[in-house]
Amino acid sequence: MSLAARFLPAGESALSVEFGATIDPVSEARVLALDAALAAHPIPGVLETVPTYRALMVHFDPRVWRGEALAQKIDKIDVTHLPAPTSKTWHIPACYEPPYSEDLAEAAGILGLAPDKVADLHAGAEYRVVMYGFAPGFVFLSGLPLALALSRRQTPRAPAPPGALTIAGGQALIASVAMPTGWYMLGRTPARTFDLARDPIFPLGIGDVVRFERIDAARFATLEAEAQAGRPVMRATP
Amino acid sequence: MSLRITAIGPGATIQDGGRHGLLRFGVTPAGPMDWVAQRSANLALGNEAEAAVVEIPAGGFTVSCEDRPVTLAFAGGDFSWKREGERLPAAARITLQPGVVLTAKAGTWGSFAYLAVRGGIDVPKVMGSRSTHMRSNLGGMNGRMLAAGDLLVPARLVGPPSDEAAIEAPWLAKHFEPARELTLIRAIAGPQDDYFGPEALAIFFGEPFVLTPAADRMAYKFTGPRIAHARDFNIVTDGVAFGAVQIAGDAQPIVQMADRAPTGGYAKIAHVARADIGRLAQLRPGESCRFTRVGADEARAALLALEDQIKGTGSFLPPLKRIPTTESLLAANLIGGVTDGSAPDDRA
Repeated sequence: MSLAARFLPAGESALSVEFGATIDPVSEARVLALDAALAAHPIPGVLETVPTYRALMVHFDPRVWRGEALAQKIDKIDVTHLPAPTSKTWHIPACYEPPYSEDLAEAAGILGLAPDKVADLHAGAEYRVVMYGFAPGFVFLSGLPLALALSRRQTPRAPAPPGALTIAGGQALIASVAMPTGWYMLGRTPARTFDLARDPIFPLGIGDVVRFERIDAARFATLEAEAQAGRPVMRATP
Repeated sequence: MSLRITAIGPGATIQDGGRHGLLRFGVTPAGPMDWVAQRSANLALGNEAEAAVVEIPAGGFTVSCEDRPVTLAFAGGDFSWKREGERLPAAARITLQPGVVLTAKAGTWGSFAYLAVRGGIDVPKVMGSRSTHMRSNLGGMNGRMLAAGDLLVPARLVGPPSDEAAIEAPWLAKHFEPARELTLIRAIAGPQDDYFGPEALAIFFGEPFVLTPAADRMAYKFTGPRIAHARDFNIVTDGVAFGAVQIAGDAQPIVQMADRAPTGGYAKIAHVARADIGRLAQLRPGESCRFTRVGADEARAALLALEDQIKGTGSFLPPLKRIPTTESLLAANLIGGVTDGSAPDDRA
């Protein structure tokens, strides 16, 4: 039994467990399965794991492990007989109306679709949280419909606000802080994926399912006020 | 019992051991650029090795002691430290008396110095750490760089002042190849070394590279001979560890430092050995280094040996010798008034 992964050194204190070279559902499922297995049965000396689309980075204490020995230990983990992952489904409000749909028309033009069709496709899909990146709470999703695949901008646009729902390179993400971006902002959610004053600070777990619920600009304003007051505006179902 | 910052250059921040365990949520660990100097300063005070300190870049700073004496220690590059007019070594433990001013300026080498106070610096922990990450406005002094007027307060009050001592630890000395003025930096190939051919690997592990002015807490960009990719320089985004050496589209190395993003999309040819990351951090723009190839086991052995050495910092604290300066001689009034030139014995 082996994971059929490549164990690559990332210095003397980390390993990259690589399941493939591309973004594909098989690699993604294996990354999530190994991540879940290491969470369910922690290995002493493993400090933290970082899931990405096709690889899991494992940071470890070099006082406890040699990289090669840890690789052999991880390779023996049986990810096929795990309890079913306890992922939640998040229902997240999303507004695709001005002024929140900053790049919707531009993206629709590139894709050759009507703006409302683009919003429908984005809002109608079922996504999975694959990883976080860029900054605290930046959620990377898989599951973007193929019809919405478009390249990154040649040069970054002005900072997109927190809650921006952006797409590029066949991926979708939820922004948490304002940041210049090469992605296209289709809409915005009043929900916070990162809030220091809330427990948990990061409610969306890796592997959770995300569904967007379309709201209009008036409803956005209401929910934004709720969110600012520290009240929840997204909900989870098992 | 606190220190008031009265002048400070840009980019000085409060750093402890870093904000760990949250990489999976996109949280940058931050922490010190030179962990070796940070730990040495803390251990010279009997602090925990990773207690919160001030990281001081080349712009230097001036602090004055407020109401009660403060025992503190500093270490790092060869900065010029002065207590009033008195010159101090680049690494020392001293007790600053109320009203007395301590200054640090960049000296002959190094980009960072660390100031530790006994008991550690007290700022609120954010997600388990006092480290500042300016890009996400987290930790330290309200998520920002330190400014004139800020007050540094110890987290705990600990015992009477210690004797004043120099920190003469061999691991704090500058290491370089004197004939070529090159700092040697050990590095481990991977994880994407297979994106490069043998020639490109030979260039990376062999030729000197010069640090460019594009060097900050996030990343150090070097310039040198081209390191050509054998295939695409883009990879599917994956994890980025401290010291990851990315080769971007311009075929030049970028070393990811303390404030790196937790993930990235450029091929990583190698990782700088943790034992040498502080030495790399201390380079200044225009200075050169050469990356020497080691295996992960060799890098691990070097790291564990260095950590063990640093734990013995307490054995490298000889009493502080006063280095006289013109100001201190005048202040000591050794040549006061007018003498008649006769020997002191004659004046009894």
